[in-house]
Amino acid sequence: MKPPAFDYTAVASIEEAVAELAHYGDDAKLLAGGQSLMPILNMRLACPKKLVDLNRLAALAYVAERDGGVAVGAMTRQRAAERSAVIAARAPLLALALPWVGHSAIRNRGTIGGSIAHADPAAELPAVALCLDARLTVKGAAGERTIAARDFFRSPLTTALEPTDLLTEVWFAGPPPGSGWAWLELSRRHGDYALAGVAAMVALNGSVVREARLALIGVDAVPFRATEAERLLAGVPLSAEGLAAAAESVRQRVDPPGDVHASAAYRRHLAGVLATRALRLAAERAGGA
Amino acid sequence: MSANPVVAVRLRVNGREHTAEVPPRLLLSDFLRYRLGLTGTHVGCEHGMCGACTVHLDGAPVRSCLLLAVQASGAELTTVEGLAPGSDRLHPVQEAFRLEHGLQCGFCTPGFLMTVTAFLRECPNPSDEEIRRELSGHLCRCTGYQNIIRAVRRASALLAETQGHRGAP
Repeated sequence: MKPPAFDYTAVASIEEAVAELAHYGDDAKLLAGGQSLMPILNMRLACPKKLVDLNRLAALAYVAERDGGVAVGAMTRQRAAERSAVIAARAPLLALALPWVGHSAIRNRGTIGGSIAHADPAAELPAVALCLDARLTVKGAAGERTIAARDFFRSPLTTALEPTDLLTEVWFAGPPPGSGWAWLELSRRHGDYALAGVAAMVALNGSVVREARLALIGVDAVPFRATEAERLLAGVPLSAEGLAAAAESVRQRVDPPGDVHASAAYRRHLAGVLATRALRLAAERAGGA
Repeated sequence: MSANPVVAVRLRVNGREHTAEVPPRLLLSDFLRYRLGLTGTHVGCEHGMCGACTVHLDGAPVRSCLLLAVQASGAELTTVEGLAPGSDRLHPVQEAFRLEHGLQCGFCTPGFLMTVTAFLRECPNPSDEEIRRELSGHLCRCTGYQNIIRAVRRASALLAETQGHRGAP
C-alpha cells in the first residue's frame, strides 16, 4: 500500500473534529479534499499518526450571501463553487480563478478551505482570499476566532493555523461599486502549478481609479498583495505610465524561485507582464477602457 | 497501535453492491484492482498527475489514487468496465476512440474515457479549446494527443446521433 499506516476517523461533527485535533495535535492531519494531502501520503512525505477525515461533514459545505460578500463553508468542493451563481455575482474573482485550479477531476474533490489552509505559494485560492480581503473562521481548543487573509499566510505551506485549529469558513468581501476583475496565469500546461499568476481588481470613479488591488502567486514564498503598486495606481486615471510604474514596483517586490520550468529572471519579468495585462483587463471590465 | 486495523465499506460499483473490510490506508484504485478485480482502472503515477486511474464517484470524475477506499463507502462508482452497454457493444465514446485511433498502447485510455464521458454529458458540443483544456488532466505517452482530440469531437457527434434517435418518436 502506498500511504503509511495511520489511524482513521471520519468525523460526524465539527466538535468531534476539534476534539480529535485537541487530542492528537501535531500527530493528526485533517483530510479535506485530499488533492494535496493524498499525494503527500502516497509519497510518504508525511506520516501522521491520525487522519481526521472531514468529508462526511455536510455542515461545512455551503455557499451563502452574507454582509455584502459570500460565506463559503471550508468543505465546499471547488467544482460546486465554480458553478455557484452566488459566487459568480458576489465574488467574481473567485469564479474567474477556480477553473485554473488543477483539473476538473481534481476540483470535484478539492475544497475551498483545503486549498487555502494548505497554502501552496503557487496555488490560486490563497491569492483570491488576499485580493477579496477574506476573513477566515477558525475553531480551535479555545473556541472560535477570525483571521484576516492578510495575516494568514506565513511561509510555504505554513499559515496562522495552530495544529489544533480547524478552518470552518472563508468569507470573501463583495465587489466594490464600479469594479472589474481579472485572473491571469501562465503555466507549461493548463492545470500545472503557475510559473506566475495574478489577481487584479480595478474600481473606477469615472476615469479615475478609486481603488486597485493586485495579488500574485508563484513568485514569492507566500502569495501577497502588491500594495506599493496598488498605491501608485489609486486616485489617478489609469495610464500607460502608471501601469509601467506598477509593473516595475511588482518586479522589485517579487522574489521568485528558479527551476527547470523557468528561471527566476523569467518569472520576475512574467510577473510584471501579467500584472500589467490583468490590471488593464480589470479596468476594461470595470467599463473604463 | 491502531484502533482500527480494518474498517467496513459498502459501495456500488458498476451497479453491483460490494461489502468489504479494508485497512484505512488502502487506496480506492488498489481496492478496485486487487479486491474487486476491476483492472481496467489503471494506476500510473499514484499522485494525481496522470489521470489514468480516473473513475466516476456519484457521477463525477475523480482520481481513484487520491481517495481511500473507505471514503467511497456509501457511494456509487463507475469504472471503465461499466461504460459499455453490453459485452458486444461499445459506449459511443469508446467507439469514437476506436474509429479515430485515439489510443496506441491503451494504458491511459480508461482515464481518458471516464473524463470524456462525463465532460460530454455536461458540455455536449465542446470547442477545440474546451476539449484541450479538459484533456490537460491526462497524460498519454503514445499518441501526441491529436487523435484523442479528434476522438472527442467524433464522440460528441456520435452521442448527438444516439440522442437524436432516442428522442425520435
